[in-house]
Amino acid sequence: MTDTMTARTVKITSRDGTEIEAYLATADDAGRRGGVVVIHHMPGYDRATKEITRRFAELGYDAICPNLYWREAPGAEPSDAAATVRARGGTPDSQLVDDVAGAAAHLRSQEQSNSKVGVIGYCSGGRQSVLAACSLDLDAAVDCYGALVVGTPPPESSRPNLVEHLPNLSAPLLGLFGNEDHSPSPEHVDELDQRLTDLGKPHEFHRYDDAGHAFFAVDRPSYRVAAANDGWERVADFFRTHLS
Amino acid sequence: MCTYNTVITDVTGSAKGPAGRWFHVDQATVYYDHPVHVMAGHALNVDLTDSSGGPGQRVALELTADSARALVRAIEDALAAVPPEIIAAG
Repeated sequence: MTDTMTARTVKITSRDGTEIEAYLATADDAGRRGGVVVIHHMPGYDRATKEITRRFAELGYDAICPNLYWREAPGAEPSDAAATVRARGGTPDSQLVDDVAGAAAHLRSQEQSNSKVGVIGYCSGGRQSVLAACSLDLDAAVDCYGALVVGTPPPESSRPNLVEHLPNLSAPLLGLFGNEDHSPSPEHVDELDQRLTDLGKPHEFHRYDDAGHAFFAVDRPSYRVAAANDGWERVADFFRTHLS
Repeated sequence: MCTYNTVITDVTGSAKGPAGRWFHVDQATVYYDHPVHVMAGHALNVDLTDSSGGPGQRVALELTADSARALVRAIEDALAAVPPEIIAAG
């Protein structure tokens, strides 16, 4: 852990060759270290997500959050960018994977990198974290209450579940879920747990009573301090195990 | 959860937006999902936009479900109270 870090906006190259913006936070005195890709939630590349990114630097990692909305709304205020992308149908799964691949490559290119990279996402980013870990060579993945990983998507949903991708999961998965969440519901978490067990995929799930969706979000009424505090400890332990 | 569900409709009108300036709007994007500002887990969100403008050319509303339904009723009531010939005249 360190309290000395550098955080700044950088440009990275997505795997598809597009240059996009990203927020990079690096520990100044952590020696060789792993990296963490933070996937922002659907409301965008916002202050709260950048705070999370800096926290991973405090934990001793190089952390990066790619702006998934840069293509459609470069330089826009985060909620405006999110609205623009939503009106255009959202971020395609293939583009998300390309952007995470570019972010992971950027982390691995850092002089102090130990070449290990994990990914974490919240809400929609939880699903995207699992998708990235099923599509890329990563060392650890964290799914914080991602919906539509399993289960039947509602008819109006433009997103498929990830069941067919799960056999390709390349990294240990940490899942953090609220028992009062409706999506993913406890039944969805049970299903994902069982599918990963059947596939022989290493995973570790923690579920919290008195917590629903978005319990990590400190600026929202869904915030649950006990679940969030324990969750942060689980994430820190998980990344320490797999990214050191 | 993120619902992903989005309803888009064409509209014609004006809205008062960034920096207090009026602008033409031609699209309304409507969705029930996580809000940015209102203290609720989910809200009925409406973005009134000029599709030829940039991302910031937007008036955003975040309403609780009950408030959104009340607004719909109020709009319908206001329109119902107007003689059809007045509406037809524009």
